Amino acid sequence: MHENLLPVALGNYVALSSVIFFIGVAGVVLRRNPLIMLMSIELMWNAANLLFLAFARAWLNNAGHIFAFLVITVAAAEAAIGLAIVVLVFRSRANVDVDEIALMKG
Amino acid sequence: MTVAFWILAMLLIASAIFVITAQKPVHSVAGLLAHFLFLAITYFMLSAEFLAVIQLIVYSGAILMLFVFVIALLSSGVMPFSAGPDRLPKIAAPAIVVIAVLLGFVAYAVSREPAVTPTLRGIASGPVGTAGVFGSVADFGHALFTLNLLPFEITAFILMVAVVGVILLAGDQVPYVPTRRRARLVERDMREAIVRAGEE
Repeated sequence: MHENLLPVALGNYVALSSVIFFIGVAGVVLRRNPLIMLMSIELMWNAANLLFLAFARAWLNNAGHIFAFLVITVAAAEAAIGLAIVVLVFRSRANVDVDEIALMKG
Repeated sequence: MTVAFWILAMLLIASAIFVITAQKPVHSVAGLLAHFLFLAITYFMLSAEFLAVIQLIVYSGAILMLFVFVIALLSSGVMPFSAGPDRLPKIAAPAIVVIAVLLGFVAYAVSREPAVTPTLRGIASGPVGTAGVFGSVADFGHALFTLNLLPFEITAFILMVAVVGVILLAGDQVPYVPTRRRARLVERDMREAIVRAGEE
């Protein structure tokens, strides 16, 4: 096997990434616990990152690495703010069902 | 390498499914930790060594610790933490149909995609980590601090906004002053907690 080639075809990485992404979507849609919803969002960030790195490897261009690094930074900020909102909501009411939190609904 | 990829793919999917099906958030965090470990190995296989290490440090180290702290904070007796009603049986069927259709679209797009031929521009062979080898830390740092310096600075700004936002959202609105009234409130809370613990 040539050293420069991908270990498996790029389509496999695309398929793996989309499966993980849709597992994350399923977590956000199906679960009603805000913490598990946030974790599902992390799953989706990481699926996108995997795709960035797979394409960077396929085209031997490390722009994808830079972008994945920026995505990780934004994901960290998102997790921090999301968890702060969760703490804030739980502080005011002892209720963990996001369907009940409809304060901003018109 | 191919066998390793398929084993990793199975482990990644299994741990992701565990994350979204676990009943307790702590179990989800454990599943997510396993997921991130497998993902870091996958990143190493894609010769993204810096990103693999960052994945372990930032995600497994920092973000998951934040999740664990929040779970510990919310379930610390002062505020009972329940899983909440599970809506899964009610909307599982339509959600699975929608996801299957979307995955079908993705599979169709992948099958229609012409086979990507990687451009094998000359990458020097050598030990990982040295400049000129694809995915090395040296190349990553060079690209980050020359061509992509502005996005890097913007991430610093984003993190600062996040820090300020978190302090504004979750910080104490009123500074803590040990007054007699506050002490009585704390005492009442503790008595109630003791009574609750005795009932259980």
